[in-house]
Amino acid sequence: MHELGIIVHITKTLQSVAKENHLNEIGSVTLEVGEVSSIVPDYLTDCWAYYRKKFPLIEKAEMKIEILPAVTYCEACGKTYPTVQYGRQCPHCGSWDTYLAAGDECNIREIEAC
Amino acid sequence: MYKVYEIKKRIFDDNDQEADKVRKELKENGTFLINLMSSPGGGKTTTLKRTIRALQDEMRIGVMEADIDSAVDADAISETGAKVIQLHTGGMCHLDADMTRQGLEELGTDDVDLAILENVGNLVCPAEFDTGAVKNVMILSVPEGDDKPLKYPLMFQVSHCLLINKIDAASCFDFDFDACRERVLRLNPDMKIIPVSAKTGEGMDEWYDWIREQVKEWKEADK
Repeated sequence: MHELGIIVHITKTLQSVAKENHLNEIGSVTLEVGEVSSIVPDYLTDCWAYYRKKFPLIEKAEMKIEILPAVTYCEACGKTYPTVQYGRQCPHCGSWDTYLAAGDECNIREIEAC
Repeated sequence: MYKVYEIKKRIFDDNDQEADKVRKELKENGTFLINLMSSPGGGKTTTLKRTIRALQDEMRIGVMEADIDSAVDADAISETGAKVIQLHTGGMCHLDADMTRQGLEELGTDDVDLAILENVGNLVCPAEFDTGAVKNVMILSVPEGDDKPLKYPLMFQVSHCLLINKIDAASCFDFDFDACRERVLRLNPDMKIIPVSAKTGEGMDEWYDWIREQVKEWKEADK
């Protein structure tokens, strides 16, 4: 829903990383995106293709996206289950007392640069 | 030759840090900032106008209107006599901390006790970006339906106060207040829920009291 905003923040982070490490050119950036992060990977790469042209540092950088599965933990029975399939209610015991253990990530894992 | 650099950073980290800085500056300044969010047409501007009229004799209020385009909201607010600026997000669906800081600088907070940021009408994106506000307030209006907490959970999780607006129109819609309340509290047990009509004023006194309390706490914690 707000992929361009995310790209702006990624660019800011990359700029400060480049400054710290004296990097002139970034060849690729690898992201970890959770299944329920509300980020659409295709939109993200489209926005990236548009935005990277504005900055020499990242204009050649390819965006790689790794999807992380969403897992929900149930407080009542202590089990975990796949979030996308079952939602907020535990399929093991029927409790609603659950929380997302993983799957809303939006991280920059690594870059290739020189 | 490229070399691999481990970054291991959350993409929202830089925004979260910026937001904490904004809050610190607000605290030093004694300005309380509310980030007001809802869908388009939820009644943010109408709620604001009535709120300003009710509170402007006891606190100095400044408003930042954020929209993708136009100044219709800022024009509407300026009728109340409150200090107001219009921010344009340049096509962006939300405000982030950096844009909020620029807005606060333009507004000028030295003579403002209560600043209100009217975020872009949207239940999705504004929830992801901490603006630096002291409290997040959201409006859910009766015509939108009681199922919205199920559809947009994050918005209900990051908000501190929920105004259920347009209760004067409740007889026209099948809005189940109890079901809505239960769904909201399941996501966010600490949520303050206030049913109101910004049009008729019903329920608004409780909302004003909530603001008074919050502003007072913020100012006193400052000392």
